[in-house]
Amino acid sequence: MTTQPPILTVRHLTTRFRTDRGVVTAVDDVSFDLSPGETLGIVGESGCGKTVTSKSIMRLLPSHVTIIDPKSEIMLGGVNLAHAPEPVMRTVRGKKIAMIFQEPMTSLNPVFRIGWQLDEALKQHTDLSRRDRRKRAIEMLELVDMPNPERRIDEYPHQLSGGMRQRVMIAMALICEPDILIADEPTTALDVTIQAQILDLMNSLKERLNTATILITHDLGVVAQVCDRVMVMYAGRVIENAPVRDLFHTPHHPYAKALLESIPKAGRKQQGARLPAIKGIVPSLFDLPAGCRFQDRCAYKQQRCVDVEPELVDRDGTARPVRCHFPVNTTDLTVNATGQ
Amino acid sequence: MTMALLEVNNLVKHFPVRGGVLNRVQRKVHAVNGVTFNVNRGETVGIVGESGCGKSTLGKAVIRLSEPTAGTIKYDDTEITALPHADLMPYRRKMQIIFQDPYSSLNPRQTIAAMLKEAIRFHGIVPRDQMDDYITDLIAKVGLRTDARDKFPHEFSGGQRQRIGIARALAVKPEFIVADEPVSALDVSIQAQVLNLMMDLKEEFGLTLLFISHDLKVVEHFCDRVLVMYLGHVVEELPCQDLHAHAKHPYTRALLGANPIDDPDDRRPLTVLKGDVPSPFDPPPGCPFTGRCPKVRDVCHTAMPKLEPVGEGSHRAACYALDDA
Repeated sequence: MTTQPPILTVRHLTTRFRTDRGVVTAVDDVSFDLSPGETLGIVGESGCGKTVTSKSIMRLLPSHVTIIDPKSEIMLGGVNLAHAPEPVMRTVRGKKIAMIFQEPMTSLNPVFRIGWQLDEALKQHTDLSRRDRRKRAIEMLELVDMPNPERRIDEYPHQLSGGMRQRVMIAMALICEPDILIADEPTTALDVTIQAQILDLMNSLKERLNTATILITHDLGVVAQVCDRVMVMYAGRVIENAPVRDLFHTPHHPYAKALLESIPKAGRKQQGARLPAIKGIVPSLFDLPAGCRFQDRCAYKQQRCVDVEPELVDRDGTARPVRCHFPVNTTDLTVNATGQ
Repeated sequence: MTMALLEVNNLVKHFPVRGGVLNRVQRKVHAVNGVTFNVNRGETVGIVGESGCGKSTLGKAVIRLSEPTAGTIKYDDTEITALPHADLMPYRRKMQIIFQDPYSSLNPRQTIAAMLKEAIRFHGIVPRDQMDDYITDLIAKVGLRTDARDKFPHEFSGGQRQRIGIARALAVKPEFIVADEPVSALDVSIQAQVLNLMMDLKEEFGLTLLFISHDLKVVEHFCDRVLVMYLGHVVEELPCQDLHAHAKHPYTRALLGANPIDDPDDRRPLTVLKGDVPSPFDPPPGCPFTGRCPKVRDVCHTAMPKLEPVGEGSHRAACYALDDA
C-alpha cells in the first residue's frame, strides 16, 4: 500500500486559535502522508488536536479566530489547501475530500428532507439532471443499506434512528465518490450493535470504492479492527505514527504503550486486578512544559525530557516516527541513537 | 450462600405518555418490565445494555429515586418498596448513587466542601467539630488535592469531577452504591484511574455496587456478575468470568461479537444484527429481541420466555432457543 505515492501530504500543520486567554496552539507541527486506499487512524484523548487536524484539512474552522501557520502544507493534487482561497475549497469539499461527523443529528439539517441534503453535493459538483440526481441519491441510500430508500429519501432526519442518520451522513459523504473520506468519531454516539453495522458498512464501501480514509476515534478496538496505520496524538503533537500491528505489538512511545495497557481486555478477566492507569492529566495547552509534553505522566522520564522537547524522528528507518528521547520496545539501535 | 443485601422482585417501571385534548394517558413506555435479581453483600453486579434498555431506570428505581410501578424491593431484609418518606431516610443514607455526567449532577454555585457538608450534616455523620477533618480526609481518599475543598465544580476536569461525585456518595458512609455509567464520559486514561479508585474504595469500605454501563469490556473487568438487559427485560445473568465462554442468549452473544477486539492480528467480521432496537411504547407480547434475533422461532412471538437457570451456579437466561446454542 505504501508503494503508491501518497494522495494527501500534510507537513508542519500548525493551527492556532485566538481566545480570551490569548493565542493557543491546538495542532502543533503535524506531518503525515495518506496513501490511496489506506485507512489512517488518528487516536488520542479529548483536546489532543485530532478533530482540529481534520477540520484544518477541510478548512472548516471559523476563520475569524483560527490562524493556520504560513509554513503549514496540506498538499492534495498539487494544491496547498492550507492557504487555498474559499472558491478552491468549494471544489474540494464533497468532491475530493468528504467528512462524516460524530453526531449525525446535529450534522443533518432538521428542516430539509434527506433527499435535499443528498442532492446538495450533486448540484454543486455534477451536471446531472434533476431526475438523474434523485436516482443517484436513491442508489447511494441503497449502497449504505438503508431500508426502503425510495420512501426514506422524502423523510426528515427526525424520522430516522441514530444508525440510519449515520448511514445518511455516509451516503452524503460518498455521493460524489471522493478520493478521501474523513470520519470523525463516526460511531461514538451509537450503540455497539449499531456501531458494528456502520463499521461493517464502512469496510465494505472502502473495498468497493478504494477511498482513502482518515478515521478519528478514541476507541482502540475500532482502530485494531479497521485501520492500516495509526497516528497517536498528545497535546497537539503527533507522538507516534506506525502500522497498526507494530503499534499494538511494540508501541515505541511511552504514552502509546500506557494507553494500550489502560484499556480493559475482553475475555481476560482477573479477579480484582487493577488497570495500569496513566497517572495525572493532560497538560493545559495554555501552560505547556518546556520539554516533552508527556513528561509529568511518563514512567520513563529523565532529565533530558524536562530540558528538551524531542523531535518526531524515524530513528531506525522503518517508517515509524516517534517523538521520544527514550522510546520503549526498541532494539539496541535506539540506545545508540539516543546516546548521540 | 451469602445473604442478599438487595432483593428485587418482578420490578416494573412504566412511564405514562400523556397527550390529546384531555391530557389522558395515551400510551406507556415500558422502561423496566418485570425484573428479578439479587445483589449479595460485598458483590459488584453489572447491568449492561444499549440505550433505552432500561438500565438507568432500573438503577434509579431500586434506590427509589424513581417510584416503581409494581414489584418489590427488599434491602437488608426490609421491604422498602412502599416505605413512607420519613422511614426511608436511613435507607437514603445507606444507598447512594454516582451519575454519568458529574458536571450536571454537581451544583455549580456550591464549593466542594459546602456540598459535602450538606449531606454529612443532614444525616449527622460526624459531630460539627470533626467536620473539617472528615471532609479533608474524604477529599484525599478520592485522590484530590486538599485545596479542592474551596473550589467550584467548573474548576475541575471531567475525571476530577467524577472523583467529587464519588466523594459525595461516600460522604454519608453508605453500604450500597449505584454507579450509573460512572466512566463513560471520561477519556480512556482517566477511565482507568477512576475504575481503580472505585475498586480501592470498594475494598476499603466494604461496599456493595450496582454498576451500570453500556461498555461490556468495562463491566467484565469491574464486576463479579452481569445482568444483560434488552428493552426492559433481563435476558441473561451470569458471572463475569464466564461471559465469553458460557454466555448463551443470542443477544449477549451478539453484544460480545459486536465489540471490536483490540488486537490487529485477530480481525474478524463483527456480528452484525439487522435493524434497530424496537420502540419501548406498548411492545407486543413475546420476546422483544425477535425482530433482530438470528435464532427466532414461532414460540418467541407468543410470550416472553422466563429467566431460568442454566446449568449450575448463578447463570440464568431467558430464551426458547438456548438448547441449540
